[in-house]
Amino acid sequence: MKPVEISVAYMPLVDAAPLIIAQEMGFAQSEGIALNLIAAPSWSSVRDMLAFGRVDAAHLLSPVPIASAMRMGGVSTQISAVSVLSVNGNVIGVSRALEAKLRDAGYPFDFADPVAASAALAAVSDGPLTFGVPFPFSMHVALLRYWAEGTSLGRDGIRIRTVPPPLMANALAAGDVDAFCVGEPWGSVAMETGAGALILPGRAIWNFAPEKVLSVRTDWAETEPDLLGRLMRAVWRAGRWLSHPDVKATASDLLSRKAYLDVSAELIDRALSGHLSITHRGDHRAVPGFLEFYAGAATFPWRSQAKWIMERLVQEHGAEPLSDAQIARVFRTDLHRRHLASVGCDLPGASSKVEGAILAPTAVASAAGEITLHPDRFFDGKVFDPDRL
Amino acid sequence: MTNELRIVVVEQDQDRALAIVDALKDACACDVLVIANADSLARRVAAFQPDIVLIDIDNPTRDMLEEMTLASGPLERPVAMFVSSEAGGLAQAAIEAGVSAYVVDGLSPTRVKSVMDTAIARFSIVRQMREELAETRRALEERKVIDRAKGMLMKAKGIDEEAAYALLRKTAMDRGRRVADVAEALVTAAGLLG
Repeated sequence: MKPVEISVAYMPLVDAAPLIIAQEMGFAQSEGIALNLIAAPSWSSVRDMLAFGRVDAAHLLSPVPIASAMRMGGVSTQISAVSVLSVNGNVIGVSRALEAKLRDAGYPFDFADPVAASAALAAVSDGPLTFGVPFPFSMHVALLRYWAEGTSLGRDGIRIRTVPPPLMANALAAGDVDAFCVGEPWGSVAMETGAGALILPGRAIWNFAPEKVLSVRTDWAETEPDLLGRLMRAVWRAGRWLSHPDVKATASDLLSRKAYLDVSAELIDRALSGHLSITHRGDHRAVPGFLEFYAGAATFPWRSQAKWIMERLVQEHGAEPLSDAQIARVFRTDLHRRHLASVGCDLPGASSKVEGAILAPTAVASAAGEITLHPDRFFDGKVFDPDRL
Repeated sequence: MTNELRIVVVEQDQDRALAIVDALKDACACDVLVIANADSLARRVAAFQPDIVLIDIDNPTRDMLEEMTLASGPLERPVAMFVSSEAGGLAQAAIEAGVSAYVVDGLSPTRVKSVMDTAIARFSIVRQMREELAETRRALEERKVIDRAKGMLMKAKGIDEEAAYALLRKTAMDRGRRVADVAEALVTAAGLLG
């Protein structure tokens, strides 16, 4: 039987891997579907293709469906995030000029300590630092703000400007931005092209930040439950496959193809394996959990994660907050449970957790026995209780 | 406030930009600013205080305009992607034609419609031309590869051009593949072995 085609818009990034792998490694085929993967030139384009029905599913920044529900971003179509596609995976970097100043000041480039990084940046800059990010509604902005507010840089110590990652090197060279926060491969590209050096992985700020989500139009989820289930299962299996340590080379090769990321497999392997080159001097750093597709129930769209993102959007843009019921209609734990129960995806008993409270791998109650949640600590040790009044 | 609509067109290609501006001026009373490059895009757009911003959907700098949709953004009146319900069909048509439009809050739908109809028609033509160009380039590229593969076969097997092409075609048919794909595989393999 001919597979049913589902068109999916994505940005050519390493964290689109579960979608690409689902198609290339036959996980889609075994669900009787074929993914027509459409690479988009911008995040607004991905969102609009989804909102206006050019595609049925999309790889989206986790804050985008929440921002849309808050009527920000000009598009009001209801979007459901049915699975988390990837956790973590961003990097923060600085221009060559800033790198030189940091080096002169004796900064060790440990790629680990956000408090020390902020103090070092604050010490070498005269005024606010401008950070380039890919999109206004992004984990990049949320992490940068959270980090700056709680450290020496302070709330007014940073400015944030949207710069498409392919233009970041130019923006750094022209002095339009001093620093950046981007997803891979763009951080490694910036380092390799001599545009800058990397100073922190995103996970140093929040250990378990939902980065991209598998999104569909809410009305499509309702009218095509069968297709949605097949899509979710295929993508979930692809994420599980990606979690095996011995597939990284194969995955890097597939992603590096011209039709997908069109950058060298070696560059992609850095993000998949968590072994990053951070400066031109050949400093390498290993970051366990740099980018997760599966471990620690990574795909589960916790409502508490959505609520944290929502509160950051309220702070940033002064928008009207969403109620818990509204949040539950965006991060769809219900659909995640319904469609993934049958594939042996162990599902947590709760749909919300206190974010930041897990300091070491912890077994929690789940449908099939026990699942182990990974640390989700914030760098400042604070916790986010979604039920607090 | 004057009655002229203030429109920003973000477009790198000068000829294309001029064609769009001409079409817009024919369609309505408007003041049009063309912005060609991405440097401080959002700020320059905001400084013009436009009613409508038009940008090619495939333009990667589009995300830089997203800040305009925010109440806290650089414009006095926030804009929306063009999606009001009475114009749902237009939004669809715009996406198909490859134009994204940002429209300030509160602009009358009829005024928006005339601009959008024009923009959609213009961008459709541009998109069609671009697709044709890409198709022509691809065909040309394929012809080159087929010629190289033919040359290799002629040399390796001592056959004439016609026989070489017939061999490529037969192999393609036997394998259920396109002649161009077989030729490319041959050229790649020869490159590896040679």
